[in-house]
Amino acid sequence: MSVISTHKDTENLTLTFVAEFPADIDRVWQIWEDPRQLERWWGPPTWPATFVRHEMVPGGESRYYMTGPDGDKARGWWKIIALDGPRSFEFEDGFAGDDGEPSGFLGSTRCVVTLEQNGGTTRMTTVSSFESAEQLEEMVKMGMEEGVGLAMGQIDALLAA
Amino acid sequence: MVVYELSESEIDRIFQAMADATRRDIIKQAMLREQSVSELARRYAMSFAAVQKHVAVLERASLVIKQRRGREQIVQANPESLRRAARLLEAYEDIWRERANLIGEILSNQPEGTEP
Repeated sequence: MSVISTHKDTENLTLTFVAEFPADIDRVWQIWEDPRQLERWWGPPTWPATFVRHEMVPGGESRYYMTGPDGDKARGWWKIIALDGPRSFEFEDGFAGDDGEPSGFLGSTRCVVTLEQNGGTTRMTTVSSFESAEQLEEMVKMGMEEGVGLAMGQIDALLAA
Repeated sequence: MVVYELSESEIDRIFQAMADATRRDIIKQAMLREQSVSELARRYAMSFAAVQKHVAVLERASLVIKQRRGREQIVQANPESLRRAARLLEAYEDIWRERANLIGEILSNQPEGTEP
């Protein structure tokens, strides 16, 4: 895997992320399409995801939850806006309530995924769009639990020294 | 994490301020060179008061600094705040880097077409 480029648009609150994988396009599509593979990478390592529903068809919906180190669950949903497998798809991602259904909390983010094969490698481009900074901050918090935990651990070590 | 240096209300103010096209343009203008509110007001098809309000929103978000110089109010961009917005997106970029690493591992450990 190599990260080709990233682009942050602070005015429109979008992040473009481009990476290449030494695999065929169909194989890379699988890691999005197959919920058992998807849940091995969607959540941060300390917050693994479980997809209880995953419909990779236009208009299809997904339901998932991520389980934290203390057993806390962060629930989310996807809605597939458009899909042209294995080349591209666009989905909305948002928070869900305890019942697993969309809660409307913090709105939703949009993500456009594009796959292009060139020889034996496949380029994956994801463009994430945020509605507000508050929302972006929540996303970051969820993904950063581990980083914060590590930072806290370092502080403990310093205090103990 | 760098992102935690920002309070939630601070982040809100920054992005709310930047959600408006006129305000984004005011920031750009103020970055090119400091200028008075009246100079800025001449650029837009809106009243001086409206432009002044936009400047006030930007000022609350610390995106610009306004100083009184004689009769004029001079507006300067505050690049530090702009960098803060970039830092938030940077933190989100790390999430995608981590995901891409995991995808890379899955792809290398598992031959094509094999179910886990």
